[in-house]
Amino acid sequence: MSDYILDVTDVDKNFGGLRALSDINLRVKKGTVHAIIGPNGAGKSTLLNVIVGRLAPNRGRVLLGDEVLTGKQPYEINQLGVARVFQTPEIFPELSLLQNVMVPALAKRDGEFNLSFLKSLFSERDILDQAEHMLEDVGLIEHKDHLAGSMSRGDKRRLELAMCLSQQPKLFLLDEPTAGMSRHDTNRTIDLLKRIKARGMTKVIIEHDMHVVFSLADRISVLAQGAIIAEGTPEEVRNDPKVKEAYLGGETI
Amino acid sequence: MSNTQIASPKQDLIYMLVLSAVVLTMPLWLQPFGAAYPDLMQKFMIFGIFAIGYNILFGLTGYLSFGHAAFLGVGSYTAVWCFKLLSMNVIPAMIFAVILSGLFALLIGFVSLRRSGIYFSILTLAFAQMSYNLAYSVLTPITNGETGLQLTQGDARVLDRMSGIEATTSLPTPNLFGIEGTGYSGFYICAALLIVSFFIYLRIFRSPFGLKLRAIKSNQNRMNYTGYNTRPYLMTAFVISGMYAGLAGSLLAVTDPLAGAERMQWTASGEVVLITILGGAGTLIGPLLGAGIIKYFENIFSAFNDQVLLNAFSFLPDWLAHVFASIVGLFVGEGWHLTLGLVFMLIVIFLPGGVMEGITRLWRLVRNRSKSLDKDEKEQQPSTREV
Repeated sequence: MSDYILDVTDVDKNFGGLRALSDINLRVKKGTVHAIIGPNGAGKSTLLNVIVGRLAPNRGRVLLGDEVLTGKQPYEINQLGVARVFQTPEIFPELSLLQNVMVPALAKRDGEFNLSFLKSLFSERDILDQAEHMLEDVGLIEHKDHLAGSMSRGDKRRLELAMCLSQQPKLFLLDEPTAGMSRHDTNRTIDLLKRIKARGMTKVIIEHDMHVVFSLADRISVLAQGAIIAEGTPEEVRNDPKVKEAYLGGETI
Repeated sequence: MSNTQIASPKQDLIYMLVLSAVVLTMPLWLQPFGAAYPDLMQKFMIFGIFAIGYNILFGLTGYLSFGHAAFLGVGSYTAVWCFKLLSMNVIPAMIFAVILSGLFALLIGFVSLRRSGIYFSILTLAFAQMSYNLAYSVLTPITNGETGLQLTQGDARVLDRMSGIEATTSLPTPNLFGIEGTGYSGFYICAALLIVSFFIYLRIFRSPFGLKLRAIKSNQNRMNYTGYNTRPYLMTAFVISGMYAGLAGSLLAVTDPLAGAERMQWTASGEVVLITILGGAGTLIGPLLGAGIIKYFENIFSAFNDQVLLNAFSFLPDWLAHVFASIVGLFVGEGWHLTLGLVFMLIVIFLPGGVMEGITRLWRLVRNRSKSLDKDEKEQQPSTREV
């Protein structure tokens, strides 16, 4: 086993004539937070979609530890330990918050298909406890019986985080986890993510908000026009002239 | 009626007890409604089973099948063939009907579940109509075509003959170890099966499996990224609901041992959709209420004729009675479908959650009022209640 949990090698992705990703090489060390930044349309979300199996790359491969992810279905990739939050929260609006967290917890325990239809949810003590614990973690426990669809956008995001965390993923992908959040909610989310970081979970974050990136990331990759133009520690990236040129338009951060 | 709390086994026990009591005392409390005759009550039970099975698919996963009558038909044909070949006992008939309709559902589900939404509905509709037309044409040796499959004096009935039960001069009737399949005893057989079916259905609702089905309905995309292969879940729900339909079909054959292809027509598939939506799709007892309401309308309203109406309005002057009778006459008798259509429209527009939503709203209204009355007594009731 290498030190790297995620290993993306030579990935190309074309949409018709458009080259969305070219020659992407990305390695993420275990237990670190790796941020991917870049201007709109740089291919950040495409890269994420290739990793989780939503899009098949035209070339190259993705490894999680020693497992090949390329060519697998999203649910298989999740079962291998990759969880993801979306730009717009993907939750179960018609279920209660508690049920929302129970579903992924059950997936982690029972696998992709389990036919236990004569067992009562009520007797799933461990899953219930775990789900409540997760909701407590993100500060939503007092709403546990509310319908998820009735929550605010910020709460839905935190719920989605709790859902992913309940699976204790090896690799956690976050697609702009603070987009559209108030300053207050953003800071709460940063605190939450810092706490998870302390537990040694590897994370890949796509983010526009530089405040979030520089307060969380151990390493940063800069994507522009489908290629990685720079990679390094926040300090290195901040001072990289190419990055200033391509991404920041010459301004300093 | 929020489904947001995890129900405890104690609540479910109370549920089962209340339901059993309500079902078994039907002959008493249906008396004032004029519906306490066994044939109609059997229909309530049979279509109740059909509807709760359908609710496992449509109510939980949101997949709208327009071809469930096919399984009803397969169940009926299988049951009649069992009566002909094996025994007039209802047990083998029901077992084979459930197994065969389950296999049939596996086949149709395998193809139809490759698509979702409207395409899934159309595929199931196409399969059901295909079965219906085949039953009338190519499959005539099995289905006896337009005449319908019937019992005859000379049927094999291997098991019956082996155990020494010989057919008398008249046609034998389906029975459960000698208990008649028609009349009140027939009703109690159906009632017992409804209770057992409801118990399994309740367990499915309360299980992790049921929660996952509801999650599929709520957000299938999230399910894929949460590590679930949704196809086998949908497949299982489809097959289970097909088996419920098969059981209902076999019971139809028990009450009247004759199977015709019209049972598989799309109108019959549409009826169970109507029943489920009217009662409240996704709710526990909504489908049972829907089945009761529709079958009641079908049998009671359609029996009103002009004479009955004229008698009802006889307190009015003669000419006025005739006017009223002819207006109301449009909505009853042959025209009961008009009433059903209007009621259905009103419910879908004003109560999208069906009759159950209406009941929940009323319940909340009553509770809030009584709460504001007892403001001094600061008794806190549990805030959510599961129905």
